[in-house]
Amino acid sequence: MLPRPGAARPALLGRLLEDERSLAYLLLTPTIVLLALFIAYPFVLGVWLSVSSATVGVAGHFVGLKNFDKAWNDSIFRTAAFNTFLYTGVTTVFKLALGIWLAVLLNRHFRGKRLIRAFVLLPFIIPTVLSTFAWKWMFDPTFSVINWGLWKLDLITARVNWLGDPYLSLISVMIVNVWRGVPFFAISLLAGLQTISPELHEAAAIDGANAWQRFWRVTWPLLLPVTMVVVLFSVIQTFADFQLVYVLTGGGPANATHLFATYAYQIGVGTGLLSEGAAISLAMFPVLFLVVVLQLWYIRRVETR
Amino acid sequence: MDTNGMDRRQFIKVSAAATAAATAGVEGILAARQAPAFAQGTALGMLRWNDFVPASDELLKKTIIPEAEKALGAKITLETVNANDIQPRVTAAVQSKSGPDMIMTLNNWPQLYEESVVDVSDVAEELAKKQGGIYEQSRAVAQSGKKWLAVPWAIVGLTIAYRKSLFEEVGYSKFPETWEQYRDAGKKLKAKGFPIGQTLGHTFGDAPAFSYPYLWSWGGKEVEKDGKKVVLSSKETLESVKFMVAFWKEAHDEGGLAWDDSNNNRAFLSGTICATLNGASIYIESLRKPDQYKTAKGAQMRTDIAHAALPKGPAGQFAFHVPFSHMVMGYSKNQKAAKELLRYLGSKEVFDKWFVSQKGFAVGPTRDWEKHALWKEDAVMLPFKDAARLGRAPGYAGPAGKKAAEVLTKYIITDMYAKAVQGMSAEDAVKWAHGEIQKIYG
Repeated sequence: MLPRPGAARPALLGRLLEDERSLAYLLLTPTIVLLALFIAYPFVLGVWLSVSSATVGVAGHFVGLKNFDKAWNDSIFRTAAFNTFLYTGVTTVFKLALGIWLAVLLNRHFRGKRLIRAFVLLPFIIPTVLSTFAWKWMFDPTFSVINWGLWKLDLITARVNWLGDPYLSLISVMIVNVWRGVPFFAISLLAGLQTISPELHEAAAIDGANAWQRFWRVTWPLLLPVTMVVVLFSVIQTFADFQLVYVLTGGGPANATHLFATYAYQIGVGTGLLSEGAAISLAMFPVLFLVVVLQLWYIRRVETR
Repeated sequence: MDTNGMDRRQFIKVSAAATAAATAGVEGILAARQAPAFAQGTALGMLRWNDFVPASDELLKKTIIPEAEKALGAKITLETVNANDIQPRVTAAVQSKSGPDMIMTLNNWPQLYEESVVDVSDVAEELAKKQGGIYEQSRAVAQSGKKWLAVPWAIVGLTIAYRKSLFEEVGYSKFPETWEQYRDAGKKLKAKGFPIGQTLGHTFGDAPAFSYPYLWSWGGKEVEKDGKKVVLSSKETLESVKFMVAFWKEAHDEGGLAWDDSNNNRAFLSGTICATLNGASIYIESLRKPDQYKTAKGAQMRTDIAHAALPKGPAGQFAFHVPFSHMVMGYSKNQKAAKELLRYLGSKEVFDKWFVSQKGFAVGPTRDWEKHALWKEDAVMLPFKDAARLGRAPGYAGPAGKKAAEVLTKYIITDMYAKAVQGMSAEDAVKWAHGEIQKIYG
């Protein structure tokens, strides 16, 4: 039989689509393009900037690790690094503990359950800048509603300088982060809790396990994979947090609340030293990379067990 | 419209003469009422901040810019953003080589973008020549060597707004002239529940506007004139820090460590502090809502407000105002038209309208504006008239260049005082700040 004219091309396309390998590549292309454009390119550019002498409007040249060396010897950078670890560590512990507690409570049956669950999400839904401004007012040195409340309750005699004291300001920033982050933990863990079959609890109860033992021996191990993923996301977000500190304190007083991201912004945009700003923000990368690798490895181990 | 002895006719006459030298200059345009020959459909973009005096932005958008469009024969788009958002916009525009043709800057920001702006010396020098000389602070922040990086626009003056009645109560019918007197008055007033309000936080306006002139008034400085030798660690600086620690405890509202540029306005207007360093915005707000802001005795707050310059120290009296200028961006395709627009906006006839709408909140970039009839209207605003004369730029005694800008944006001088009042020894605070500045000037 003679081939029909013009049939060759569709046949080739058809064969390509039939072939699983080429189809896989074809379907992956949009994702790869997006990743290359919005993740890989900025990342590579960031790495290049960090080893160059670029400033705003000046391309700069290769300077090796000079910017990292300058950052390492910069006391504000060290403060920012310490703050970032402390901020991430402390808030993650609190968010996790409060999140689990809230999730267990929300998993019970009570009237208005759906409404409460919706309300719990509010801090997470409101744009961070907006809610942080509200907190800024609540921590205001002169007009703080928190101080007013504590004073009316006779708990304090002098004003608490929430954002002016170096230690309290870091604690205040942490409080707002925990407030904002708990709903994410609670709702994600609640979803995890609901996948645990009630029969397991009943069986444990019949075997004489009390509430704490049931949580520790049944709920917690089954919840662990979900928890790890939630913690992973939270650590990444908290470590790279910017908006909250930028709005609340601008990194002050006297750098007491600077994080990697706020300091990198101050140097890169405020001072125009793009290369040094990039080096500071890139200093986050090895830590985040390690966290991701460790947690993904752990999750995999749990899953294959 | 006559502002200082030159009427419109004379103005146009002088302008016409100048036109011979600068063809198509703004005077020519104003005199001839004819648009210069820009390519048909020239479009200019301008980025400015959201003015603290909203009436001025409205005037620009509704009157001045449309008039400029007619005069220059170009389409002009004016965009206004929050002051804190200007720098990210400049960075993005410069890196992507596209954006507004002109961008307004605060402080010494033009120094950061030296390689990305057009030389505007012709426009700035012309302005200086015609309007009695540009103030030192405006010059220092916008000039690199002999080259002008931006055209000075205005200066927002900062003075101390204080409560007359409270200072009178403690024996100061005249505002304290020295730091010792100010500390004494503040101590007495803090005991009465009215401390001095001052920010030592990370906020671009009020914090450095206090810490820099305070340092200078004691004789302290960042670097020598060569812009290389760091000399912050000195007997004078140490004295200033020691004094500040006691001054803070005795006389200040300790919440000030967390204040941004708006906290002191609120504290003053609600009657919790006796004085604060600020632009004229507190007084202007009290005029706007006279019945809302009252003193404890029920009088309108506006009747109890006066302004004064920062007190003198052993080395003199200084100020750190906020100078504004406009850059013409290197990537702009309409640089000539952009320069013409700046020339037009800075001309006496046009700038006068804007200046009047500011009511003294911002002063002109040159001394001629001290002679304006506006200053006769309200005696309370009078201290702003020549406040700019005391202004110095960051980086003193060196140039106000990139390194000075880095010291400023890192808040090192402000933090030196903040660390000391938070409990670090004065010696250690000075040592820390000196070390940080040394690394920058390296």
